[in-house]
Amino acid sequence: MDRKYEAVGSERAVSALSELYSRYGYARFKMSKFEEYDLYARNKNFLRGDSIITFTGSGNRLMALRPDVTLSIVKNARSGAPSEKVYYTENVYRESKDKDEISEIMQVGLECIGEIDLYQTGEVILLAVQSLAALGENYILDISHMGFLSALLDEIGAEGDVRDALIGCIREKNAHGIAAIAKDAGIKGEAASRLTTAATIYGPFADAIGRLRAISVGAAEAAALDELEAIHTVLDAAGCADRVNLDFSTVNDMSYYNGIILSGFIEGIPNAVLAGGRYDNLLHKMGKTGGAVGFAVYLDLLERYNTAERGFDADILLLYDESTDAAELTKAVKMLSESGKTVRVQRSIPEGFRCHQLLTMKEGGLHILETND
Amino acid sequence: MKPMINIALPKGRLGESVYETFEKAGYGCPALREGGRRLIFESEETCVRYFWVKPSDVAIYVERGAADIGVAGKDILLEYTPDVYELLDLGVGKCRMAVAAKNGFRYDGAKTLRVATKFVNIARTFYNEQSRDIDIIKLNGSIELAPILGLSDVIVDIVETGTTLKENDLSVIETIVPISARLIANKVSYKFQYDAITKLSEKIAALTAQRAQETK
Repeated sequence: MDRKYEAVGSERAVSALSELYSRYGYARFKMSKFEEYDLYARNKNFLRGDSIITFTGSGNRLMALRPDVTLSIVKNARSGAPSEKVYYTENVYRESKDKDEISEIMQVGLECIGEIDLYQTGEVILLAVQSLAALGENYILDISHMGFLSALLDEIGAEGDVRDALIGCIREKNAHGIAAIAKDAGIKGEAASRLTTAATIYGPFADAIGRLRAISVGAAEAAALDELEAIHTVLDAAGCADRVNLDFSTVNDMSYYNGIILSGFIEGIPNAVLAGGRYDNLLHKMGKTGGAVGFAVYLDLLERYNTAERGFDADILLLYDESTDAAELTKAVKMLSESGKTVRVQRSIPEGFRCHQLLTMKEGGLHILETND
Repeated sequence: MKPMINIALPKGRLGESVYETFEKAGYGCPALREGGRRLIFESEETCVRYFWVKPSDVAIYVERGAADIGVAGKDILLEYTPDVYELLDLGVGKCRMAVAAKNGFRYDGAKTLRVATKFVNIARTFYNEQSRDIDIIKLNGSIELAPILGLSDVIVDIVETGTTLKENDLSVIETIVPISARLIANKVSYKFQYDAITKLSEKIAALTAQRAQETK
């Protein structure tokens, strides 16, 4: 069994990530669990469909249990200031649309708001890669670019329902769906096939960029690819380019996101554990200037992954009885725990308890009763 | 050892015919032909593990990563909108999602239209787009009974040959969408097993295209 998975519980994940972000100078941002509902009502699409849990606050104001952290941070960001760098560790509350259940989701994330240049973007991506590395053995970070996709869709003249339907198919890497919609909408076969290529491309930067260059005709597409190439150079210098793939099937709401989109995956967890991107448009909607880029890590998914891997409740179960000297016992436990072992001390074995070693304390000394591997 | 690809197939005729295509593509699993009560079939040689599940559950197995890929009808994908990749239209299990009513039915715009269906989401989306006021009656089977007994005005259901409708004096009044079986993949499995899944998908695509050519 891989000990790394066993050890990284969600609290440890929080502290590992907080430490990582602090090392890069990000400041902890602490906030209230509630916000006025209005903030979310105005930015509903940013929250992607989950319903919001509301209640009536003082003065009959309609309040909401915070479904998202980014909006609160952006609301409080100072306009025109040099880059603000913050990270957070917060619970968010969502009511999922098909489960009729309220869920509390632990999120750790960071936001960089202000002057966003190549260095800042690269730093955020690098931190996303390092976040994944801190959580799992085998991981991948996918990058998409909204600028590229929206230019491509503009160019083939896809608007309204057709555009939405095409985006739905891009998200599914659904080539036959794109072809069918394009045919119905009278979009040329050659234009549709460019869209199909963009949706289905997956793989390392160098390889994918070449294929994307071949289908890009406009200046906006070329600019997006130039940006991706520049980012690749930065990631290469940081030594993490091999963990990053291009995947243009990740499409976020274009009225909020405008540049790169990030999604992170850990082998063994069936959904993305990390999501984020460049969201200047959200900032502008809220009347601020400048740019913003950030991501969030969803720790609730990680929890399940760890439970599945966990085989033991503690390294050592230490049994004692009424004849054991409490001071001696305390000393022994301290010694064991300082040697890096997890120790549980009980008078009898708890039901279903599993440990590597079962010890007992007799006549001032430790005796092994049982060893399991 | 190479990692196994977990494949969820829908129980029944469609699943069996799809399995034949997988076998032809080089992903056979001899144990599966032996029958019996086993639920999971593995072939170390071809690195695949198959399991049969209820057709409407395939998408859930794939979305939650219990299966890496699976075969599901477009009806199920439209109804449950799972977050998965839809890699191929397999061109089998063809039918259509349609609105049917008693022969001679006339739509009266002044009344709320009562719609009986198993596919609540599909029906709701279809009528929402037309801004029609409807009352959805969710049934789990024998949908055709509803208009005959006056429980509903119309039904939204899968129509394959139309024989059941004809025998009960019902007919299709509108087609909502054509349906066929699709190859779907878990989004994360697709990334971590990219080479294996694309190779499989390409081989199946080639066989599907070949069959489409032959039946032309």
